[in-house]
Amino acid sequence: MEDWNLSPAPESASHIQLKKQYDLFINGTFQKPNSKKYFATINPATEEIIAEVAEANVKDVDSAMKAAAEAHKTWSKLSGAERGKYIYRIARMIQEKSREFAVIETLDGGKPIRESRDIDVPLAAAHFFYYAGWADKLDYAFPMRKPQSLGVAAQIIPWNFPLLMAAWKIAPALACGNTVVLKPAETTPLTALKLAEVIQEAGLPAGVVNIITGAGSTGAEMCAHPIPNKLAFTGSTEVGKLVYKAALNGNKKLTLELGGKAANIVFDDAAIEAAVEGIINGIYFNQGHVCCAGSRLFVQETVYDEVLAKLKKRMDMLIVGDPMDKNTDIGAINSKNQLQTIERYLKIGKEEGAEIYQPTCKLPKKGNWCPPTLFTNVAQSNRIAQEEIFGPVLAIQTFRTIEEVIDKANNTPYGLSAGVWTDKGSKIFQLTKALKAGVVWANTYNKFDPTSPFGGYKESGFGREGGIHGLEAYLKFED
Amino acid sequence: MNAAQLLVGFKPTPVDLLGVNDRITRIKSRSIKSEAKLQGLQMALNMIDLTTLEGADTPNKVRQLCYKAMHPHDQMNGIPTVAAVCVFPTLVRTAKEALKGSNVKVAAVSTYFPSGQSTIEIKLRETQYAIGEGADEIDMVISRREFLQGNFEYVLDQIIQIKQLCHKNKVRLKVILETGEIGSLDEVRKASDIALLANPDFIKTSTGKIGQAANMQVTLVMLQAIWDHYQKTGVQVGMKPAGGISDAKSALHYLMIVKEVLGPEWLSNKWFRFGASRLANDVLMQLAKQESGVYQAPQYFSKD
Repeated sequence: MEDWNLSPAPESASHIQLKKQYDLFINGTFQKPNSKKYFATINPATEEIIAEVAEANVKDVDSAMKAAAEAHKTWSKLSGAERGKYIYRIARMIQEKSREFAVIETLDGGKPIRESRDIDVPLAAAHFFYYAGWADKLDYAFPMRKPQSLGVAAQIIPWNFPLLMAAWKIAPALACGNTVVLKPAETTPLTALKLAEVIQEAGLPAGVVNIITGAGSTGAEMCAHPIPNKLAFTGSTEVGKLVYKAALNGNKKLTLELGGKAANIVFDDAAIEAAVEGIINGIYFNQGHVCCAGSRLFVQETVYDEVLAKLKKRMDMLIVGDPMDKNTDIGAINSKNQLQTIERYLKIGKEEGAEIYQPTCKLPKKGNWCPPTLFTNVAQSNRIAQEEIFGPVLAIQTFRTIEEVIDKANNTPYGLSAGVWTDKGSKIFQLTKALKAGVVWANTYNKFDPTSPFGGYKESGFGREGGIHGLEAYLKFED
Repeated sequence: MNAAQLLVGFKPTPVDLLGVNDRITRIKSRSIKSEAKLQGLQMALNMIDLTTLEGADTPNKVRQLCYKAMHPHDQMNGIPTVAAVCVFPTLVRTAKEALKGSNVKVAAVSTYFPSGQSTIEIKLRETQYAIGEGADEIDMVISRREFLQGNFEYVLDQIIQIKQLCHKNKVRLKVILETGEIGSLDEVRKASDIALLANPDFIKTSTGKIGQAANMQVTLVMLQAIWDHYQKTGVQVGMKPAGGISDAKSALHYLMIVKEVLGPEWLSNKWFRFGASRLANDVLMQLAKQESGVYQAPQYFSKD
């Protein structure tokens, strides 16, 4: 017997255009930061510096907010069809530059090129297309309610889906007639800045979209600023609570999309092979840096052995390594910081008495890596079953009855998403009603579409993004 | 054990189309380049059952096909032979003589191929005849008539009887499910599980005689059934998708499915075959391109 191994299939990075240094995109132009400071953004797979980006201080935030407020005066008066034209243009330009966006996303964030190419970038374009379509139909989305724009939206997005989250935030805001100040995460600013170039090239009126970079303090300045009428935040529950306070203090409208610890539930009548594929997509997609990741797996005791054996076999097939290789399934952990967090939880899991399984895979010497991991012999009270790890780490528990699993699944501070695997339709409906989660996937997992609302319960946040519901977060009504 | 005993406790395994498609999408996104591509193409060529199953087949047509089987493209060095030549029983002797001295096997379709609408006595006699003529392998069809009526015992019993006859004569058996006639993937899985209870040497998708032949969904489901059977019994069973696979790129993805679902133990023509005729030349064109760096036109490759 001879094995058959894949040869390297690296995506080329020679076609992308990146500057060495990026300024702040304010009022339609790239401006030097008042802080005069720049920080490096690093490729987590090679630890090389890709570019330097400006750090926005309180004065930079202020000028971005003022530019947005000024632009809102005319942008909000523009007809919906006219706004739609601009948004369509952005969508088309993302498609045209999709390869460049995908490569930059992978270089800056560490996610496999297969995912940025097939998921992140196409979905980002789809969001702009979808909301462009709503721009002139708001009166029909909310009949008799006279929808109006809010004003300026301050938007802060995370590092796990940098371009896609920018699209989720910017597209509905613009469609509804708002203007925007957006801050990407400090470890992954490049695709947002590339999007700023697209927006500039698209001829969007100056100040309608402002993109500023910086770390937590920049975000805090944005939330504390008097101008924005709306705060939109996606990120950790910890920071989300701070944003919540700022919104209360400033009487600002708010949407929060925070953490999760989703239950993925496999019944013994499920199509097991499909469930295994769904478990893999649920937890190892994007290195597990997904707020809706199916990180708690519940398997009915009668099929536990079979599911576990197949899951391990499937894990052994996953290729971990160079994110730029087209065959890579699991790329680099986004930052040293996050890697330390994940490793801390691996240690906690072992100390709690859970059994760890990781396939043997050769990891590159440089960069941040964590092989796909699962824990068995996990108790509901274990920290690895309760806290969000945000890495490729799965905690597996068993259950006996449907009542037991509903109880366990809901026994968490989070409520963002869940998965149900069964061949029986009635059981699906029983669970979708009983599970306290914003999204429940049935016989699939981690499927996204701009037409479908997304958001959570409890500490996973509130407000919905996507679909008609996503418009409501950026509108006020006369009634 | 007889068919009735084997079917005690038989439980259908559910299959989900979405899950199957997700898995295939992932495997199709594998980029098979340079060394891996060369190795894959060589393997694919060596797994082909070159097939001619026409009423118009004559000894001369079969002899030509046999020469092609042994010498796919003598213009290049290091080209393997195909795995087998697949013909009707009456042409087995011709093929056997033409292939003398080579490793290429002769497979005969049997059991009232392609419909299977006959009695077990006639099917056994036909199979006995093909074996007597020198067939190394028998490709039988299951009774879709009985399968679709839920008469699984009848279906399994026929497979067991043909298998006993084949194995007594050291002939390997492939069981054709004709998946295009039996319905959804759930049914494909069910038919696979039933056929596997007889421990044949291969299960095979199609006769190639109806519109819908092999595809990746059906192949994946059948391979998963083979894996589960292997886990339960330790018996290794091979797989043959047949019909409709005509380009080298798809063939490589089929092999990737085999590797990821079953493992490298199945990556030889002892355990995996392509039932295809047109595929051979596309694989050869790709191999020639790997060697020379340029694609050549089809007229530089002999048709059969």
